[in-house]
Amino acid sequence: MDEITQAPTRIVGGSASRLDAAAKVTGQARYADDLSFPGMLYVKVIRSDRPHARVTALDLSRVEAHPQVVCVVTPGDIPGENVVPIIYRDMPLLAEGRVRYVGEPLALLAARTPEAAEEAARLARVTYEDLPAVLDPLEAIREGAPQVAVPQAAEAGNIFNHMVIRKGDVGQGFSQADVVVEGEYRVGYQEHAYLEPQGVIAVPEEGGMAIYGTLQCPYYVQNAVAAVLGLPLSKVRVVQTATGGGFGGKEDVPSQLAALAAVVAAKSGRPTKLVYDRAEDIISTSKRHPGVIRYRTGAKRDGTLVAVEVEFYYNAGAYQTLSSAVLWRGLVHAPGPYRIPNVKVDAYSVATNTVPCGAFRGFGSPQVIFAHESQMDELANRLGMDPLELRKKNALREGDETATGQRLTESVGLLAAIERARELSDWENLRREAEEFNRRERFRRRGVGVSTVMYGVGMGAKAPLLDKAGAYVKLEADGSVTVAVGNTEMGQGAITVLGQIAAEALGVRLSDVQLAPVDTSRVPDSGPTVASRTTTVAGAAVLDAASQLRARVEAAAREFFGSQRVEIADGKVWPKDRPRDAKPLSEVARWMWAHNWDLGATGWAQGAPVDWDPKTGQGNAYFVYAYACHIAEVEVDLLTGETHVTRFWAVHDSGKIVNPALARGQVAGGIAQGIGYALMEELRSEDGRIVAPSFTGYHIPTAMDVPGQYVIEFVEAPYSGGPYGAKGLGEVPLMAAHAAVANALSRATGGRLREYPAIPERVLGLVRGER
Amino acid sequence: MSINFRLNGREVEVDVPPGRRLLNLLREDLGLTGTKEGCGEGECGACTVLVDGRPRLACLTAAIQVEGKEVLTVEGLSAGGKLHPMQEALIKAAGVQCGFCTPGFVMAAYALLSENPHPTRQEVREFLSGNLCRCTGYEGIVEAVLLAAKYLRGDPSRVTPDGKTP
Ligand code: FES
Ligand code: FES
Repeated sequence: MDEITQAPTRIVGGSASRLDAAAKVTGQARYADDLSFPGMLYVKVIRSDRPHARVTALDLSRVEAHPQVVCVVTPGDIPGENVVPIIYRDMPLLAEGRVRYVGEPLALLAARTPEAAEEAARLARVTYEDLPAVLDPLEAIREGAPQVAVPQAAEAGNIFNHMVIRKGDVGQGFSQADVVVEGEYRVGYQEHAYLEPQGVIAVPEEGGMAIYGTLQCPYYVQNAVAAVLGLPLSKVRVVQTATGGGFGGKEDVPSQLAALAAVVAAKSGRPTKLVYDRAEDIISTSKRHPGVIRYRTGAKRDGTLVAVEVEFYYNAGAYQTLSSAVLWRGLVHAPGPYRIPNVKVDAYSVATNTVPCGAFRGFGSPQVIFAHESQMDELANRLGMDPLELRKKNALREGDETATGQRLTESVGLLAAIERARELSDWENLRREAEEFNRRERFRRRGVGVSTVMYGVGMGAKAPLLDKAGAYVKLEADGSVTVAVGNTEMGQGAITVLGQIAAEALGVRLSDVQLAPVDTSRVPDSGPTVASRTTTVAGAAVLDAASQLRARVEAAAREFFGSQRVEIADGKVWPKDRPRDAKPLSEVARWMWAHNWDLGATGWAQGAPVDWDPKTGQGNAYFVYAYACHIAEVEVDLLTGETHVTRFWAVHDSGKIVNPALARGQVAGGIAQGIGYALMEELRSEDGRIVAPSFTGYHIPTAMDVPGQYVIEFVEAPYSGGPYGAKGLGEVPLMAAHAAVANALSRATGGRLREYPAIPERVLGLVRGER
Repeated sequence: MSINFRLNGREVEVDVPPGRRLLNLLREDLGLTGTKEGCGEGECGACTVLVDGRPRLACLTAAIQVEGKEVLTVEGLSAGGKLHPMQEALIKAAGVQCGFCTPGFVMAAYALLSENPHPTRQEVREFLSGNLCRCTGYEGIVEAVLLAAKYLRGDPSRVTPDGKTP
């Protein structure tokens, strides 16, 4: 760590209020649907209503004849390529001749009002010749299954990707085991349910296109729009509007919306708005991958893990989108945060005739975490061990090697987190109290569960080319500060945290700092806002820029004061030996401006090197890991099968916490999503059609479904490569929470939950001892 | 047809086509985009406004139903540039993340605190259970309502976000 990150901090580590809070509580923040442009048209997508079919005729004559319709777009109207480029290029923007899932876009129309657009879309006549469809990943890999995957995007048949970890020798490992537990775990979809549905506006401008929208990754959108319009990147400008939640759901999907709106804007020459309603959002956008995970764990009598073997299948949907990256994170995270000498993992993502799945907080890891954390509890039961002790015994420590053969050299706070969670929850007593409660009560049962997780921060060895960030910091002539990065605020608090880092490094007050609106033509590319990377990677770039700028301000101040050494803090500057001569930074800034000093600085950061051998799944998968230990207490009603989470403890190691209040909010929100995942959130589909795509059909937790209060703490194991020692946090709370809830529920019922969500029918089954 | 009502303390007269929802009237015709549409089906509470002091879902309310009534939206709470104590409390208690649910919560909480100035934590949770938030886990929001209740009672421990006691 350099000097600047070791000194005690004033702003970093403080719970400053969010920079965007006032605009949000007053209703002034402008989200995608709040914007309009003169002459704006409303786009509606005409979609497939078959899971797999040849389109033999597409008759849009009645759509075109609608008096309010201004423009209709079919594949022939796309000026560039008919593709939504994500990792692969298998997904067309508009399906041509063949549809692979219900909801796939076929054509577009634009009308003068949203109501007319809606009405006109119903006038489209599509003639299909149905093809056999396959909806289940295990069926899709059988011999003779209908071919869904575009062959160029698949490794074999419908297997998009198969990835492995091979460490040691599992055969030998299991032969040394005193106990072996084995289970198959199943999870369904999880829907992001961000409160603001997807939405973009495309606005033609001077030979190019501007896109305004609710999105996480402006550069992905820029790339997609340039591809479909056949324009150079320099002619496509993406502006992020206030974003009402993302959670991964606005990682790749906005590329599709923006490209759809852009081709209509290009053809009509007018601004076009495409905003989904809730039903369209649920039907047609990405979700967490459903999966089947087969897991086998072997241990010695004292609980020492000797071997783990995992085979899992994720339902990717009809196109690749982000599935290869999601699968890779699932692969690396499948063994859990434990020391295991022999590991064999086989991970498969499989194409089916369903809506493409994508990024969702945790990115392929929550599914396998459900499995590994259930296994740890099953193992503890078999060994008669305390499940928390079992985890402690096997938890990765500094100097240990991960399942991918990576030596952990620093910043491993897992044991500290487990220990702190045990203290805070008073673990032994908590378990005892639950047992007493269960002896006393006839129709209610309590259970306590624990989970531990690790999380690889950043893109990792799957996409190190994306783990870089630029930043620009400018001292204005009045002493205020502008910070520009391409990372987006979606609720997680990024702009406040980055502002705190800039303020700390420059020696100004946070109230002096303003984050520039994200516009790809004006801010440096700092990569996607995903993978809990913003604080660590973009934060390091901001720190770099601000440190350079500070050095320059100090040089100027030395001249200004005629002094050898100067100090800067809280927006004031003074000669070190004459603190009483302190001047507001604005005076020095004004002086610098008047004497033609360069007031701007560009910063750059990239993740520490990572490497990967795809044949063995060995390598330094991520540059650093974050850790957490969660403990949940649940209460189950034996008559109704209803489960409530009554108390919750969460301890995280995400290195230095830049803003504890915001970090706490991330954890509380992640716990709620985890509770939803484990207990409530079920998206039913029939014959490839999502039924009841609404908040009536899909229940997310309300204020009554979460505990009244959470106990949340941080143990900070600083990371030398992060700004002020920070690592990532955003995804980790969800990853840990659901597994603690699942283990608590299993404990309460005396059964073993092997399928999410634990809706009442399933819970009653566990109570009756059916699984 | 033309309707008259009071909106954030001012008389308005507007033409509305039959079937127009209050939500569209506010957002599109009157430019008050602080009221949000999260579902359009009465399930999320993002569109909560007050009609004659009671919380109403603007997505399920026909515009003509507010004829002669008093409508209050989030924009009306901080008129004059000063934040309402509920808004202050949401900032102070970190009850805002993406902010999309926030106006709805502000209005629902405002209604709760006007009918019950001393709510318990449990009462707050129950009252707000018709409003969805996907970001916060509700902790900061519930804290904020309890804090706002203190602010509104003129509790001496009231501290404004800038650290001053009024
Ligand atoms: S938009 Fe009215 S309740 Fe959701
Ligand atoms: S703050 Fe995002 S939905 Fe509540």
